[in-house]
Amino acid sequence: MTTAVSEAPNVEFVHRPDADGPAPTRIVVAYGFWIFLLSDFIMFSGLFATYAVLSGETAGGPTARELFNLRHVFIETMCLLFSSYTCGLGMLSAVRQHRDRFLVFAALTFVLGAAFLFIEITEFAGMVARGAAPSRSAFLSSFFALVGMHGAHVTTGLVWLTYMVAQAVFKGLRPDVIRRLFCFSLFWHALDIIWVGVLTLVYLMGAR
Amino acid sequence: MSDHDHAVDGAEPHESSASILTYSVGLGLAILATIASFVVSQTNLLWPPGVPMGLVVLAFAQIGVHLVFFLHLGSGPDNTNNILALAFGLFIVFLVIAGSVWIIANLNANMMPMTH
Repeated sequence: MTTAVSEAPNVEFVHRPDADGPAPTRIVVAYGFWIFLLSDFIMFSGLFATYAVLSGETAGGPTARELFNLRHVFIETMCLLFSSYTCGLGMLSAVRQHRDRFLVFAALTFVLGAAFLFIEITEFAGMVARGAAPSRSAFLSSFFALVGMHGAHVTTGLVWLTYMVAQAVFKGLRPDVIRRLFCFSLFWHALDIIWVGVLTLVYLMGAR
Repeated sequence: MSDHDHAVDGAEPHESSASILTYSVGLGLAILATIASFVVSQTNLLWPPGVPMGLVVLAFAQIGVHLVFFLHLGSGPDNTNNILALAFGLFIVFLVIAGSVWIIANLNANMMPMTH
């Protein structure tokens, strides 16, 4: 990459492995956002701990095994995995200044994320309709808190993605827009990591 | 398509490690780990008492795949701070989850029997 230094439009983006001085903005921004994501993981760890403690306390109500439909959960997981993939490909297109390709991948990411949310909300509505509302038992309270918090994060991600698409269209793929996009992609991938925990602890262990 | 037409050269923080190939390998491994988790949980392929442990191992493997192939956490010099922060974050997460489960299980075991 060092051969391209003279063509780089912005000195800030030049990679200088041996240079002294402050780190380039992109590294500082990614580090700061990474710290935020880790604090988010710690917030989630509280919800995971609550669920782990309360998952057996069904108070005579429906149990995990009766409630969960693993086929839907598998589709949800695939939606999230593929949206992570299209999000990554979208980032690559954005960095290479392929705006149209970026918009296509952003749209795919949005559709897959929205499909995930749709299945989750349908599932929640079905559970409430069958009398498995959050107020039924400690197990269900902690279930809705944990899985609902992940769903709330996905919703936030969809809003943020819409906003980033608007920035890409109206401001163009400038270096600062690319940095924000990179933070978004970190956020989106991090949601997948949380989902791996939810899938394993809540659904796969619960449905046995 | 050309790999050399990036106008914002180096804007991708891990230019050398991020490519369509990395994402595709990551996606493939993540799907494999997911299918393996479902198979392990729904069949008796694994010795039944060992299933939760198997699921935990698969979950950690998948989280590792996500970190390396999607979040591009590598061993490069740019990444030292990110890795250290991650290690600290994982330490706190472990303390919160394992500590809560341990303490509450202990309290539960020492509860006086309920009369009603």
